[in-house]
This record gives sequence, structure tokens and C-alpha cells, in this order.
Amino acid sequence: MTQKLVVIGAGMASGRALEELFALSPDAWEVTLFGAEPRGNYNRLMLSPVLAGEKTYEEIVTHDDAWYRDNRVTCRFGEKVTGIDRARKVVISEGGETPYDKLIVATGSQPFIIPVPGKDLPGVITFRDLDDVNRMRAAAAKPGAKAVVIGGGLLGLEAAAGLQVQGMEVTVLHLMPHLMERQLDPAAAYLLQKELEGRGIRVMCKADTGEIMGETQVEGVRLKDGTEIPADIVVMAVGIRPDTALAKEAGLAVGRGIHVDDQMVTSDEDILAVGECVEHDGNVYGLVAPLYEMGKVLAKTLMGEAAAYKGSVMSTKLKVTGVDLFSAGDFAEGEDRDEIVFRDPSRGVYKRLVLREDRIIGAVMYGETADGNWYFGLLKDKADVSEMRDTLVFGAAFQGGARLDPMAAVAALPDDAEICGCNGVCKGQIVSAITEKGLTGLDAVKAHTKASSSCGTCSGLVEQILQMTLGGDYQAQTVKPMCPCTELTHMDVRRLIKSQQLKSIPAVMQELGWKTSCGCASCRPALNYYLLCDWPGEYEDDYQSRFINERVHSNIQKDGTFSVVPRMWGGITNPAELRAIADAAEKYNVPTVKVTGGQRIDLLGVKKDDLPKIWKDLNAAGLVSGQAYAKGLRTVKTCVGTDHCRFGTQDSVGLGIELEKKLWGSWTPHKVKMAVTGCPRNCAEATCKDLGVVCVDSGFEVHIGGAAGLHVKATELLCKLTSEEAVVEHCAAAIQLYREEAQYLHRMYKWIDAVGLDHVKARVVEDAESRRALADRFYYAQRFMQQDPWSERASEGVHAHEFAPLAEIA
Amino acid sequence: MTEWVDIGALEDIPVRGARKLKTPIGCVGVFRTAANEVFALVDRCPHKGGPLSEGIVHGRAVTCPLHNWVIALDTGLAQGADEGSVPTVPVKLAAGRVLVDRGAVSLAQAAE
Repeated sequence: MTQKLVVIGAGMASGRALEELFALSPDAWEVTLFGAEPRGNYNRLMLSPVLAGEKTYEEIVTHDDAWYRDNRVTCRFGEKVTGIDRARKVVISEGGETPYDKLIVATGSQPFIIPVPGKDLPGVITFRDLDDVNRMRAAAAKPGAKAVVIGGGLLGLEAAAGLQVQGMEVTVLHLMPHLMERQLDPAAAYLLQKELEGRGIRVMCKADTGEIMGETQVEGVRLKDGTEIPADIVVMAVGIRPDTALAKEAGLAVGRGIHVDDQMVTSDEDILAVGECVEHDGNVYGLVAPLYEMGKVLAKTLMGEAAAYKGSVMSTKLKVTGVDLFSAGDFAEGEDRDEIVFRDPSRGVYKRLVLREDRIIGAVMYGETADGNWYFGLLKDKADVSEMRDTLVFGAAFQGGARLDPMAAVAALPDDAEICGCNGVCKGQIVSAITEKGLTGLDAVKAHTKASSSCGTCSGLVEQILQMTLGGDYQAQTVKPMCPCTELTHMDVRRLIKSQQLKSIPAVMQELGWKTSCGCASCRPALNYYLLCDWPGEYEDDYQSRFINERVHSNIQKDGTFSVVPRMWGGITNPAELRAIADAAEKYNVPTVKVTGGQRIDLLGVKKDDLPKIWKDLNAAGLVSGQAYAKGLRTVKTCVGTDHCRFGTQDSVGLGIELEKKLWGSWTPHKVKMAVTGCPRNCAEATCKDLGVVCVDSGFEVHIGGAAGLHVKATELLCKLTSEEAVVEHCAAAIQLYREEAQYLHRMYKWIDAVGLDHVKARVVEDAESRRALADRFYYAQRFMQQDPWSERASEGVHAHEFAPLAEIA
Repeated sequence: MTEWVDIGALEDIPVRGARKLKTPIGCVGVFRTAANEVFALVDRCPHKGGPLSEGIVHGRAVTCPLHNWVIALDTGLAQGADEGSVPTVPVKLAAGRVLVDRGAVSLAQAAE
């Protein structure tokens, strides 16, 4: 027989408790769920990335409508609960009375509002739920808007960083002498403050708020020392207090929180409580890991199984992109304590371990936190570290000899080492889930163990465990870093460049925590491209991050000589151009003259020193660089069309030239080859090009996503059009979408494989406004791109050092 | 005894870049890192003779433009799984000038 379970509060604690309960027994309970917010359970830890614009609300939903429906949970979201009648065992709400057999109170906590004048003014915002985030984002939309964040703890700093990313001018007021004083020591707090100030956030410590100023709306904050700081919004992030009002009124035992025993039962045996609203053994918890541990115990108690919650030791990570910070345990100084400190000022790295009787009791790390969980494991286990004391600060990989590969650090972890702090999952659980359930990917591990399913910072570790357990069988599926310098994928980096407004390679490397000082030959060209694409006219090309071909605008050959390919618009040339090419070939002793597949002429074997000279001669005849070396538009191949051919349906040559004139010069993720063919016989081979136009009697078919290289791919039809102008606009828009979305070194077909042809059609064909906006962005960028690189170098002396030796020693 | 020859100013070499030095033993690549260190290597990749001075300089290494071998600038050794090395040439910085050891690039020395 099913019993009635009523839950008050639809946050993360009750959400996890219900998950645990349904896992134990899907049918034992008929659940009614009340929530104050008009929505279900979402991952509150992820509100900071939502505020920063790095994630959307949809991405952080934990339980969607389908989940509630599948588990037959009656949802009463947005309905206020007004009382609990324990004698009759009913919950009283706006909608009437709901009887229960068992009741879970999970009312969470309320943000603490400091009692100063002006605290109720419009514009004073807390940072607790999605509505708060939406209010902050709305305020940030006003250009030049200012925010004051009161509270320099975890929550306040995440709010400050998010608001700053959103373009606000942010000041953090913190009452204590240094930031995050409960989690950090002064040295780590200093590095953190420097980092935040470097981003443009003003930090004021020992700042005691006297009043919030304003008549009808927040206008600023006045400190007790008289300092005034103007503000459009004030974010209160000084702390939280358990929300116990309902429990207190119902007569339950309440201290700072609702009293519960080790089984999560309150002073009424039919009422249980879980989450931030409870007080267990004198402690109140505000982080997610303990709440999840409680949820597990609560579910077992409801099912009549033995389980006990024994309190939690906690570790902290700050979720601000680009800030690596970890702290755990107790790190105050003291007579009976030793400490081990490691600093590397140039990298901004600080590590401090606090030891008592040869056991770690506290750890603070800034700048390099990979070993955080290893230390946390030693701390929780109260492990004796006297044997490895000398090398302890260098981390797990350093123990027992020379530094090994990163896998060794994971392999060295004991089975009970905690990998996912949010969900309390240890290495052993993950390994056994992988082997017993035959899991092969990160998503499967997330689904089965919950590891890496909350804040996600341990996903790299989980991947390493997968790799370690499966060996050669494992191929990383979801997280493939762009290169060994970073854990981020190409797409992560592209997204973060935009959301964090990163406008230089050093900025990307600093803010996204590059592991190398100046990148490598794989990431630098990609970053240079992304920045060039995203900030046209602002970002200055870093030509030292380009491959030699793009640096000297020629293709390097196997003997170190170069090839020179002038552009022949649409494949059309004339005797004067041919004469100039012939003269240049003779004058510079060009060993090989070859006609290319792209309808133009290649001069192969030119010495580097001769490049500016031969370019100058070719420029004089009106020839410009064919950019045969570029990740950009190569050629627009054509057939003769209506000019001469008896089958031609349109002026394919004219359209080809028009396209080439409009599209040349732009940098793209990989090369772009095009063709315009005059009839479906397709002599110009348009259906194996990145973009191909096939002329037909009724107009033009635009095809996309072909290639004839390492992979041979036929194009797919993008759209049919009736005018040349429309063809040009669609091609420009398609190229711009490719430029903005594709991973560096992905040809168009790979990009389309990833995003789907329907997406491209939706943005380029079906939505005229989107198409025009794309084309406008393309042409705007072209203003900075369409300069002949040959003439800049041959006549204007650009990069002259490239073409002459530094010196000669006889 | 080492004879140091002035081959130009540090500023003549792009940061994270290289220039060629013509010598009796062939071309030598003179590299400048982001940290303004200077290194010189015989300009031939141990793999297929690619001109290392045309590669991308990152950290204390250069990636060959032909097939992406990565060569350490300070030792001339190929990095990662590749095996091979290229001779280094003694080079130093003095008052913003770049100096190389003439003996190291002369034919007599190279023949020893």
C-alpha cells in the first residue's frame, strides 16, 4: 500500500532525497511537492555561470517536467505553505489541506539582510534563486550600470565576477580584513583580490555598511566612515540563515536550524527535515555535499533501513572561471601546528598545508588546485604523512620518485579518495560502476554515479579514471581539450572568448588558466583565428601565432622554397597577365610552372628572399595574391556558362568573379573552396566544394558542405534562389556562420556534421533577418581583411625582416 | 678561445620568432622567446631538414613548419615521441646585442 509523502521545498536537498528514495523504491510513496519558486529543482550551484552568461537556465535544470511526471510527483510549485497541523497530519496551503503520512521539511535558507536604513529599497537584491539572477542581468543590461556587492565570501565574489562579466562596474564591500576569511588565509586571499582587481572589480575590505542611499530606488551605499559609493543595484551576499519559520510555528524543536537526529527525523517522528534548514549535532550546513549525504540517509530512514548521518567535513572551490582556488579543513596558525608552504609568484601559485601530529588538518591552494582532492582525502582519513613530508607539497604525482604522467596521480589515489565533492562520490565507486555496468563514457558515469553531475569541475578527473580503468578502449567523448595546454575544448574556448570579452591571446591564456606560458603550435593559431573572427577591427593579428605559410603569404615547400600563386578571378585571365607571369618565372628562375586544380597558375620553387620582388613584378601587372596558403577563400572555380557554352543557363563566370571579389581575404576556420557551374552537367565540379552554385534554368541552387580531400563528400542542397544578389548574400551569410561557430581546422562539412544542416538552413535561409545580420557582420569584418598581402610586403615594407637574413658570417 | 661576433640587435628578432643567420656551415636559426631569451640552432630539422627558423616558437621550443616536430631550443633535442637532435650554436645577449661564437659556425670547427 502506498503512503502519502508531502515535501515542503523543491530545492536541491529534497530533490536529491527524492532521487534516493525512488532509487530504493519507485512505488512506495505517493509524493506531493510544494515549492516557493514557480519552477522545479535546478542546480543552484550553477547560478553563477548563468549570471556570467556561460550557461543558460535550461542547462542547469536538474528535474524537468518529465522527471516529475515519470515519478508521479504531484507538483504544487509557487503555492505558499502556511502551516502544518501535526495533530491532524495535514499541510495547510493556499490551495487547501494536504494530508500526509510522512512529511519532509526542506525549506532551505533565507539570505541574511543586514539591518541598515534603505535595505528595503528597490534595487537591493539577494543572490539566491533564478529570479535574483534575472534581476541582476536586467540591471546589467543598462550601459555603464554600477553594482555594489556586500559580502566578500563565496557567494558575493561569484556574484561580483558574474556582474563584471556582464559589463557592470562592480565594487565588493567586505567587513573583514580579507576576502573569504572563513575559507582562505590572508596570502591566498591576497592573490584572489589581486586577480579580481585585475579584472576591474574594486575590492574594499574592512568596509562597514552604514546605509543604503536612495529615495525610491537604490542610488548608492554609504559606509560608516562616510565613504559613498554610487550604485544602481546592491547585492546582499553576507550569508544565509536557515528558514525555520514554518517548523517553529508547528512547534518542532528548533535552534539555529530545525533539530534532527542522525536519521534526519525531527522532534516529531513523522516529520523529517533535510538541507540547509536543519541543525545536526550543533552544525548548520550551507554547501551541497552535506545536503546530499543527508538526502541519502533520509531516503533510507523513510524505507525503514538503518542509516546514520555523522556530519560532514567540507572543502570549498570558488566557481569563477579562470580562478583556481581550493580550501579545506582548519588552517589557522597555532602552537601545536606545522605548516608547509609553496609559492611561485610568477605563476601566482600558493599552496599551504597545515599539519598537526603528522596529519593534514587544513589545506589552502590558489592557482594550482589539481591535488586538492588528494589532500582532502588525506585530511578526511587523518592519514599519517610523515613518510612523504618532504615532497608532500608537490602533490600526489610526486610521491615515490620522479613526476609521472598525469594518469599516475589518479592511479595513486586510494579507492576511498573523494573525486566528486558535490555528490560525495569516491574513486572506488566510479571504478566499480565502470567495470560492473560496462560504462564507456563520461555521461554514463554521470548518470550512474552522479559524479561530475553538479558543478562539473571534476569531469577531467572522472575522464582520467575512465581512461585508467578502460585503458586503450576508452576514447574521451565529451571533453576533448583543444591541446595539452588546456582542459577546455575548442567550443568552450570560443564561448568563453565571447562571454568574458577576452581580446588578446595573453588574456585568453591567463583567464582560462592555460597550463603553458605561451601556448603551443596547436592552440596559438586557433586562438589567433577565434580572436580575429570575434573582434574584427579591435584585435590585432598576432602573426607570430600563424604558420609560416600565412605569415609570409606563400606555401612552404619541402626544400624550404616557396610557391607563388596569383589570383585569377573566376579562373579568367588574359595575355597581359600570362606575359607577366611568364616574365616573372624567367626572371626569378622559377623551376616549375604548374596549372592548379583551382584554375590558376602556380610558380613553384621561389627563394624566400625573392618573394617581395616577384610579388612586386606581379602586382605591377595587376595580379594579387591568390591566398593559396590561407585558411580563407581559395578559389571560385567556374565553367564558361552562357558566354560560350551551348548548355549554359546563367552567367556562371560573371557570378563566380562577383563571389570571389566579395569573399576574398576573409580568414576562416579552414580553407574554403567554391565553384559556380553553368548547368547541372557540373563541369566546374561545384558539388564537391565547400560552397557550390549550380545554375539552372529557373535560377541558382546553392550547395554546401562538399570536399574532395582526405575525405570526399558531396554537397547538400542549401537552397534555391532566383537572383545573383541573393546567391551572394546567402554565401556571405553561410561563411560568416561557419566563421563564428566552427572549430579551427574544421572544414565546412565537419562543422555541418556537428551543428546539422537544419541549423544552417534556419539561420541562413529561413530567417531573412538572421541572414542579413550575418552578411552585415561578414562585410564589416571584410573592411579590415581585403588588403592584398603582397603589395603590403612588396611596396610598403610590411614584415621586411621575414625576407632577409639577420646577418651573414663569412 | 671563443670569438663572439655581433650579429644584430635583440629587437631585430620578433618576440616568439626567429631570424636566419647565413654562415659557412649553412643557415643557423636565431630564436627569441617570449621571455626574451635567445637561442641558436642549425636551421635543419632532424626529421626532413625543414627550416626550423620558419616555425612557431612557443615556450623554449619551436615547431617545425614541415611536419610539426617540436625541437627544444636549449638542447636541440626533438621532444615527445620523436627522436633526433640538431646542433646548437653558442649565442649570448650583451647590452641588447646578439652575439654568436664564430668558431662554432666556421668550417674548420665543424670539421673536427
